[in-house]
Amino acid sequence: MLKIDNLHAEVGGTQILNGLTLEVNAGEIHAIMGPNGAGKSTLAYVLGGRPGYQVTDGSVSFMGKNLLDMDPHERAALGLFLGFQYPVEIPGVSNVQFLREALNAQRKSRGEEPLSAGDFLKLAREKAALLQMDMDMLKRNVNVGFSGGEKKRAEMVQMGILGPKMAVLDETDSGLDIDALRIVGDGINAMQRAPDKAVLLITHYQRLLEVVKPDFVHVLAKGRIVKTGGADLALTLESEGYEAVAA
Amino acid sequence: MEPALSPTRRDEDWRYSDVEALASLDQDTFENWRDIDVAAGESVCESIVIDAASGTDLRRLRVRIGKGGRCELFAVNAGGRLGRVEIVVRLATGAHFEFGGVTLGGGDTTREFVTRVAHGEPGATSNQTVRSVHWDSGTGNFLGRIDVVRDAQKTNAGQDFKALLLNKGASANAVPQLEIFADDVKCNHGATVGQLDEAARFYMAARGIPPELSQKLLIRAFLADAFLALGDEAERERLLELALDALGERA
Repeated sequence: MLKIDNLHAEVGGTQILNGLTLEVNAGEIHAIMGPNGAGKSTLAYVLGGRPGYQVTDGSVSFMGKNLLDMDPHERAALGLFLGFQYPVEIPGVSNVQFLREALNAQRKSRGEEPLSAGDFLKLAREKAALLQMDMDMLKRNVNVGFSGGEKKRAEMVQMGILGPKMAVLDETDSGLDIDALRIVGDGINAMQRAPDKAVLLITHYQRLLEVVKPDFVHVLAKGRIVKTGGADLALTLESEGYEAVAA
Repeated sequence: MEPALSPTRRDEDWRYSDVEALASLDQDTFENWRDIDVAAGESVCESIVIDAASGTDLRRLRVRIGKGGRCELFAVNAGGRLGRVEIVVRLATGAHFEFGGVTLGGGDTTREFVTRVAHGEPGATSNQTVRSVHWDSGTGNFLGRIDVVRDAQKTNAGQDFKALLLNKGASANAVPQLEIFADDVKCNHGATVGQLDEAARFYMAARGIPPELSQKLLIRAFLADAFLALGDEAERERLLELALDALGERA
């Protein structure tokens, strides 16, 4: 589904990714762990197509297409979802309006009919319930006045509504208390653990991986993957630290 | 006597204006002030729309609001080489003046609001919200003066201006002027000039919203602030749509 080959990327003239290679197939959940500055968030932004993130070498294909040739909104329409470490506040635009516009823009670019207001609200209500969010919160402006944990839950509601093929979740667990972590983890399992979907979880900690069991764990250091293992690798990292494992 | 035709940029009230554009106006138009008199306890709500395709449009309003009265004016200033709305307001005890205006324009156009709100008696309130969106070499101005005389205690006056410039070359000028001679009053003003929030645009793109649509949604949300105080929802939508129409392909 996602094939990253020898990816090099720089931000503001600084080389961050140095030959990252990774393949994620449908039905798989991968975790990427690594110390601060390893390039985890850069990887997420490069996949999402954020302006300012320059790919200098290598390739990324997604659903058989050259991902790097596409604009961010085209990547989303093809089924890529980027969960933000710091979800952005948009004053004056409600979650309901935002998500309906987003979903219908995606459907339009796939040649599908737009979803009616009624059908959309039904879908939104169902996904919000999965994340234990009430509809009143979805009527509020996007992320405005939301706590850190609420923003992350709202991200997962967005994911549920948009129904992507692949979710790249950048530190979705940061800022969550223990209960919220379980709610978010269960949400990911319910929405993305499927034979035709995949997840790339970017995280510092092993906590989320106890709820969302990964099939593969990769260690990212200095812009490349230095070690790959199963779910138990996360435990080793947690007890021994990155330096010992990545060395 | 009102000022004679042909002001220059040396006049404080015309500093950022397109005074050459006034050549197309005759003296009568220039001296024509429209009066809005709001009787004590009454309320008036009016919309002002400038959407002429070319030329110059100057509107001058003199508003007197009686004791406990209320006047709400909402304006879309999006037409003419120069679109200028001047509003002079006099508030009696306990009266309220509400103004919400938007300016939009590209090319070489200038769109401006010039307000002068006089709190001449105690306990009156006024609130002004202006939002400006400009592109090409377009200019948006808000010159807002608030006078609070010595007796006008418990005055509460606010002014809020925000401008969004869609490209280099567009400009916005805010000139808040507060003259306060009473000591127990609340007066505040704020002015910011900025660009579209690129972080918000990428966030929207990451959810599948194309750039044209995210620009439209963000501008709409930005402009909507100016009409928040307008109770009539249909009128609010009409003004917002008129404003968005002025953006053409930009929104």
